[in-house]
Amino acid sequence: MLRIAREPIDPKSVEARAHSENCGGVVTFLGIVRARADDGRSVDGLHYEAFDEMAVAEFEAITAEARERFGNVRIAAEHRVGDLKVGDVAVVVCVAAEHRGEAFAACRYAIDELKRRAPIWKKEHYVDGGGEWKANAARVT
Amino acid sequence: MTVRTRVRVLAFARIAELLGKRDEELGLGPAARVEDAWSALTERVPALAALRSSTRAARNGRIAAFDEPLADGDEVAFLPPVGGG
Repeated sequence: MLRIAREPIDPKSVEARAHSENCGGVVTFLGIVRARADDGRSVDGLHYEAFDEMAVAEFEAITAEARERFGNVRIAAEHRVGDLKVGDVAVVVCVAAEHRGEAFAACRYAIDELKRRAPIWKKEHYVDGGGEWKANAARVT
Repeated sequence: MTVRTRVRVLAFARIAELLGKRDEELGLGPAARVEDAWSALTERVPALAALRSSTRAARNGRIAAFDEPLADGDEVAFLPPVGGG
């Protein structure tokens, strides 16, 4: 289940949602706002927005695919929207599983597909002024 | 009597910026398609036209082709290339 957060994310609470007593491996990915953009410009902050209902539905589909591929994994995620500063947590994807192997694989799959498919947008604001909407590398057609 | 197809349009990110709003109601003609909703926006904001090839549409929360027919009361969203994570 993906939650769209309008306030700072607590990764522990995402881990708590994913975990159950039969899970011996928990993998958590944190996406954090970094100071340097891909083109080298200094980033002051990021603005995120989401089409909430569709993003949640898309992540449901991603979760179902991950369970098909990797077995009985439990996935919880949270993505922040609004204005974020360097160092803020933008996204958390947490996967709990019986063993670490499927947890690592499913976490990688879930964050990659979220970035590729979820209707969420990012605008970079630069230290020297101005801003730009940035698309992720691959798109779904 | 003129049949109207009333739809709610949702815009995001760069599209919303250019449009100056994130949602609006449109009254389209009979047998309207997703493309007609997009055209109504680009007539008012010509700068949107350049984004057409990178824009996907969703009808009632599901990805839809631009030639998909619209029904009265539909919600149509225009989605720029995504950048989450």
